[in-house]
Amino acid sequence: MMERSSNNNVVELSRVAVSDTHGEDSPYFAGWKAYDENPYDESHNPSGVIQMGLAENQVSFDLLETYLEKKNPEGSMWGSKGAPGFRENALFQDYHGLKTFRQAMASFMEQIRGGKARFDPDRIVLTAGATAANELLTFILADPNDALLVPTPYYPGFDRDLRWRTGVKIVPIHCDSSNHFEITPEALESAYQTARDANIRVRGVLITNPSNPLGATVQKKVLEDLLDFCVRKNIHLVSDEIYSGSVFHASEFTSVAEIVESIDDVSVKERVHIVYSLSKDLGLPGFRVGTIYSYNDNVVRTARRMSSFTLVSSQTQHMLASMLSDEEFTEKYIRINRERLRRRYEIIVEGLKKAGIECLKGNAGLFCWMNLGFLLEKKTKDGELQLWDVILKELKLNISPGSSCHCSEVGWFRVCFANMSENTLEIALKRIHEFMDRRRRF
Amino acid sequence: MRLIVPLRGVIHGRGGLFVGSLIPCCLFYFLQLYLKRRRPPPSDPAELPRTSSRTNLFSRGNSIGRVRVSSRAVPVAKPPDSPYYIGLERVKTDPYDRIKNTDGIIQLGLAESTLCFDLLQRWMSENLMDSMMQSDDGEFDISSIAMYKPFEGLLELRVAFADFMSRIMGGNVSFDPSNMVITAGGTPAIEVLAFCLADHGNAFLIPTPYYPGFDRDIKFRTGVELIPVHCRSSDNFTVTVSALEQALNQARKRGSKVSGILFSNPSNPVGNILSRETLQDILRFAQEKNIHVISDEIFAGSVYGDKEFVSMAEIAGSGEFDKSRVHIIYGLSKDLSIPGFRAGVIYSFHEDVVNAAKKLMRFSSVPVPVQRILISLLSDVRFIEEYMRAHRQRIRDKHIRFVEGLKQLGIPCAESGGGLYCWVDMSSLLTSYSEKGELELFEKLLTVAKINATPGTACYCIEPGWFRCCFTALADEDIPVIMERIRQLRESSRS
Repeated sequence: MMERSSNNNVVELSRVAVSDTHGEDSPYFAGWKAYDENPYDESHNPSGVIQMGLAENQVSFDLLETYLEKKNPEGSMWGSKGAPGFRENALFQDYHGLKTFRQAMASFMEQIRGGKARFDPDRIVLTAGATAANELLTFILADPNDALLVPTPYYPGFDRDLRWRTGVKIVPIHCDSSNHFEITPEALESAYQTARDANIRVRGVLITNPSNPLGATVQKKVLEDLLDFCVRKNIHLVSDEIYSGSVFHASEFTSVAEIVESIDDVSVKERVHIVYSLSKDLGLPGFRVGTIYSYNDNVVRTARRMSSFTLVSSQTQHMLASMLSDEEFTEKYIRINRERLRRRYEIIVEGLKKAGIECLKGNAGLFCWMNLGFLLEKKTKDGELQLWDVILKELKLNISPGSSCHCSEVGWFRVCFANMSENTLEIALKRIHEFMDRRRRF
Repeated sequence: MRLIVPLRGVIHGRGGLFVGSLIPCCLFYFLQLYLKRRRPPPSDPAELPRTSSRTNLFSRGNSIGRVRVSSRAVPVAKPPDSPYYIGLERVKTDPYDRIKNTDGIIQLGLAESTLCFDLLQRWMSENLMDSMMQSDDGEFDISSIAMYKPFEGLLELRVAFADFMSRIMGGNVSFDPSNMVITAGGTPAIEVLAFCLADHGNAFLIPTPYYPGFDRDIKFRTGVELIPVHCRSSDNFTVTVSALEQALNQARKRGSKVSGILFSNPSNPVGNILSRETLQDILRFAQEKNIHVISDEIFAGSVYGDKEFVSMAEIAGSGEFDKSRVHIIYGLSKDLSIPGFRAGVIYSFHEDVVNAAKKLMRFSSVPVPVQRILISLLSDVRFIEEYMRAHRQRIRDKHIRFVEGLKQLGIPCAESGGGLYCWVDMSSLLTSYSEKGELELFEKLLTVAKINATPGTACYCIEPGWFRCCFTALADEDIPVIMERIRQLRESSRS
């Protein structure tokens, strides 16, 4: 061991600290910087950058506000009055989580699925956001240098959330537009084989359903094939259902929970885990509420203990428990939220169509998957990034290039539509129209 | 539905029957060969279950197709074997209640204070809603608390924390909000620092006795080892440079790479306050060896003795040392009695550590509505001063009563000036002066005297007989009850 004694030596940091696996140097995040420097504002900065790269749901804020003001005139619901309320909140740091809150989450998740699946509150593990839930599950299901198979295109944050501290790898399951980016058994096998050839042990498949960035639900048949594949390979299946409440027509969503409901065999069920959060459906990312729902007792126990690194504040649990268990409110909220998102989606898809731009047929989420392949000068990743840059600098729209989502086809872009007013959306569409008009003239 | 579960048929087939009968070993051996040939050849080792033990094949109902968790997850789910956790669990089964369960187990194992709840409650009832919901025009605007905000904490919160920390640490040190990252509690704060300062397999030196929770906080996921640096009652359990030196050399001989020193000040479980000189010695040592220093100052506001608390930040800022190796942990769970809110701080003089920690906060950040409450609370200077005065006074009073009660039983305590507990020398009650004797006493205290106190073994104390007793959740009338139970235990041991 070399003696390091000089005062002039710079003290070392860990590999985790110096690695760039956080991915914040990618275009996905670079566009955000441009937005931060010159943000669009309807009155004060109408020519600023419109943020269409952030999947945030602001369309139903008014529903939340009305509910909170009506039901909570003096803050009684929120623990400010009364000795027992505050005392419990202040001291409560049990990683089991408040029972009432878990029950409320279970009930909310059931409602979203139209009662087609039951959720046991004791299988709910709370984490500070879905980001933490995905990381936690990865720690539990995979060792360093193991891999999770993830279908492309996928949420850019996974590169960081699943890999950074965990040391786990992502092996992509390639999907393309020939079949609407659906996951095929061949693609699954191929990804698995790629990992095996590189001597990497595969521990599970992680999907997002509805998909980010595609904005489309995963078909029931595909889910069944996935589960079958995972059983044959004896690996886990993680379904990130964070957008489940943002499906435009409830009947079009099949949760993996529904598939599991019909299975008795524990050795099949216990490889399935669901991730959920209130950040997208309820539009409350600032509250940091996520959950792991696992059919595996050991995973529940382990996740619970590990959740001490990412507990949900007792205050938040208390605040949301009564709102989420108010079935009259949640039914209304879920229904209206779906309608409004569908309407937004229709506006943007129609608007893009008029400009000569096609999108993947979507039915969920806070974004659409737009095809600008025909505009590329070079059908390469560089060509795509060049176009992205033009859209950012000339149109002042921050959208997410497919390459940052590891899409194997160039020219696709994710465009978010729920984090702005309808007016702003119309302005964005106008800018696109004008851009397309200019191009047609040349 | 096509579902193929490998090898099910074999397990539920012949294995069990044969084993259950009295067939000599050779037949058993032939059976194994038979089964081995029947098993489909592995096209891919990963497709086969990983259990290799023969006995598993023959136990009924044990499906080989069971999916596994990672090897790092395995120890996490195991039932706790540390008396620290065992004691906490036992209290839950039979908790003492002054009125409803006077025979229950009295909790002295959890370092939390309820002494100033009345003040906090009053503040919350007057301010909670406004602090959380108010926007500039007085209308409730949910977007102010619902939307994504920087994960490292709102600037206003970091400013409020910086001011608060400076205030409670005596006002001799100032904190720069841009060096600060707000975390969801002290637990993620220590883990994130460990992730940033040490690689898997590296180690921190840690003076003993130490807070049992560090084992989990640091070892669970980071893979960083903790190397104890033993301290003795003769020094009032204060760490010495020679002990650090010795521990470091031994670690190196074993091939361990030491990345830093972790200690708590005020110390947990002893409660002593490190002197300015000791802090300087530690930093000087760290500089010589080119390693990090992590000072967990989570009890800094719970100082009740006469000794002045000095933050490592003050020493680092003095200009004498390279401060980029200094990192501080803080939180509101102890001083402000709101562990449920989950609010902690990483304060580092190293820019890259702050940057990495900021990015890691996406996994452990404080919800925005809670941040707004805390901004309001921490900036209410008048309330904070009133609260801290009362907090210190009430701990002091309780401490005096508790220590006096023990003194009358002839049980001494270590000198302490901070924290929510005292470090009690119960060696006179041991049947044998050994770890075994101490654990027996722990068990007797728990089951006979019905008191949960944390034994020194759980804290890696090298001298047997010491117990940590937390007294800040006790009412005055609970103290004679405790003393009486201890006295009776001692009487029954003698007879």
